[in-house]
Amino acid sequence: MSIEIKNLSHIYSQGSPFESIALDDISAVIDKGSFIGLIGHTGSGKSTFIQHLNVLLKPTMGQIFIDGIDINDKSTKVKSIRQKVGLVFQYPEHQLFEETVEKDVAFGPENLGLGDAEIKKRVKDALTMVGLDYDKIKDKSPFELSGGQMRRVAIAGVLAMKPSILILDEPTAGLDPRGRDDILNVISELHRREKITVILVSHSMEDIAKHVEKIMVMFDGKIKIFDTPQNVFSQVDLLENIGLAVPQVTYLMRKLKEIDPLIDQNIYTVQQAKEEIIRMMRRRKDA
Amino acid sequence: MLKDVTIGQYYPTNSFIHKLDPRTKIHFTFLYIIALFTIDNFYGYLAAFALLMGITLVSKIPVGYILRGIKGLVFIILITVLINLFMTPGTPKFEIWRLTITEEGLEIAAFMALRLIFLVTGTSIMTLTTSPIALTDGIEYSLRSIPGVKKYAHELAMMMTIALRFIPTLMEETDRIMKAQKARGADLESGNLVQRAKNLIPILVPLFVSAFRRADELAIAMEARCYRGGHDRTRLNELKYNKRDVYAYFVILGMMVAIFATRWL
Ligand SMILES: Nc1ncnc2c1ncn2[C@@H]1O[C@H](COP(=O)(O)OP(=O)(O)O)[C@@H](O)[C@H]1O
Ligand SMILES: [Mg+2]
Repeated sequence: MSIEIKNLSHIYSQGSPFESIALDDISAVIDKGSFIGLIGHTGSGKSTFIQHLNVLLKPTMGQIFIDGIDINDKSTKVKSIRQKVGLVFQYPEHQLFEETVEKDVAFGPENLGLGDAEIKKRVKDALTMVGLDYDKIKDKSPFELSGGQMRRVAIAGVLAMKPSILILDEPTAGLDPRGRDDILNVISELHRREKITVILVSHSMEDIAKHVEKIMVMFDGKIKIFDTPQNVFSQVDLLENIGLAVPQVTYLMRKLKEIDPLIDQNIYTVQQAKEEIIRMMRRRKDA
Repeated sequence: MLKDVTIGQYYPTNSFIHKLDPRTKIHFTFLYIIALFTIDNFYGYLAAFALLMGITLVSKIPVGYILRGIKGLVFIILITVLINLFMTPGTPKFEIWRLTITEEGLEIAAFMALRLIFLVTGTSIMTLTTSPIALTDGIEYSLRSIPGVKKYAHELAMMMTIALRFIPTLMEETDRIMKAQKARGADLESGNLVQRAKNLIPILVPLFVSAFRRADELAIAMEARCYRGGHDRTRLNELKYNKRDVYAYFVILGMMVAIFATRWL
């Protein structure tokens, strides 16, 4: 699924004294099967932007095409777009409502009007995919689970609709490091195996650097940069000016470069840093 | 939508009216309502109109903004007018199909409509010029002076403050949950009445869960700061009447007497 955004603007409460411009003339093309990281400080318009991609918000101006179809056109079925584009909101566990985990995950597929057998299969697959034991958890109340488990159930609720584009709004906010890694690994795995397009909104540069293929940087309702992690994280000053940062290891490598000019400072994951530091130590030992 | 309701909304400016003690405004609103009910001819409304117009000008709130409050009540006003128009016995004036409009009916209908409009406008001016916190403070102080209610004055006011504080939060929350369920394919717009009521479950359950969670967290946060109700509690900012309140009371009382006096015109 390629997504094409053309001159998209969104103004909240237009015409009232509380009017605010949340998106300001955004254009971009997101390729089919890519893994995009979306970063920007609070209030930069990330949530507003992604809600446009499955018609929860309508553009004040501009158009969005998914696979060539104008999603805001009157003849386009909203439900089919929402099936294609799965959106996991921030704190998705706050939207659980059913008596059992199984019923809650089944809510999406039921709304799509699928048959019972298919629904059951999808629920089982989705719960397994997020690393939960289907037989153990299916009859539990979602409200008696731990925070991390609730979050996974909620994500499974979206996965069960089998979207070909998956968007997650800060899916790891408020989780412990273990829960955070688990969820990100599930998403990465899903992207690799099913070749689905993923858009990940996150405040953690480390998480972004580790998983995504391209980074979109938003500032003040505009897209500032849309490029590979390499090219984004080399612009340290620009990122810092708009209230962001580069991964911790990148700062470390820049410091090391002051000691050893031969060091490559364009490094943004711990793994790369490890290799580069070993190389540096070998070089210095030989000398 | 819900945002268009102006009753209970605050419109900050730095006018004389905004700076008045909330008690002055609350007492004035009470007196104003009583005075409205004593009006028995159109001169009375003329006097009330002059009073409201004066206050509006001083308050620096756009007239259009105040009138928006009436929009939400158009339906109620219309029903009141229609019932009075057709149901009042007296001298027939017009005849439409099998319904008769009497002279008395016309007069009462106009009267009732005016009374409602003046009621709504007057009370919206109070809420538009007084912040919710000041308003509950004013109510607390006013309740304290009523014997028997004194004991509960603080609790009542605190409950009101908290309720007011959480209205926007809960509206945002509702919006968020609705979107989240729509993203899962929930259909909130179609179906018959039973179906639609059922469709609300995925929204109401999370909303209640979150409201209870918030209430619980707030209670703990208040207790952690040793809150224990009104007993012996002192305040950071005591309400104090000012010189301007004295002037206001004089002006207002004069106006009330004027409105009341129109009965003899
Ligand atoms: N429902 C809303 N009504 C009015 N303004 C909003 C609403 N939601 C967001 N905004 C405003 O739009 C801007 C962008 O917000 P948002 O998209 O939530 O940013 P982010 O997700 O990057 O933090 C902010 O200035 C915010 O205050
Ligand atoms: Mg957001």
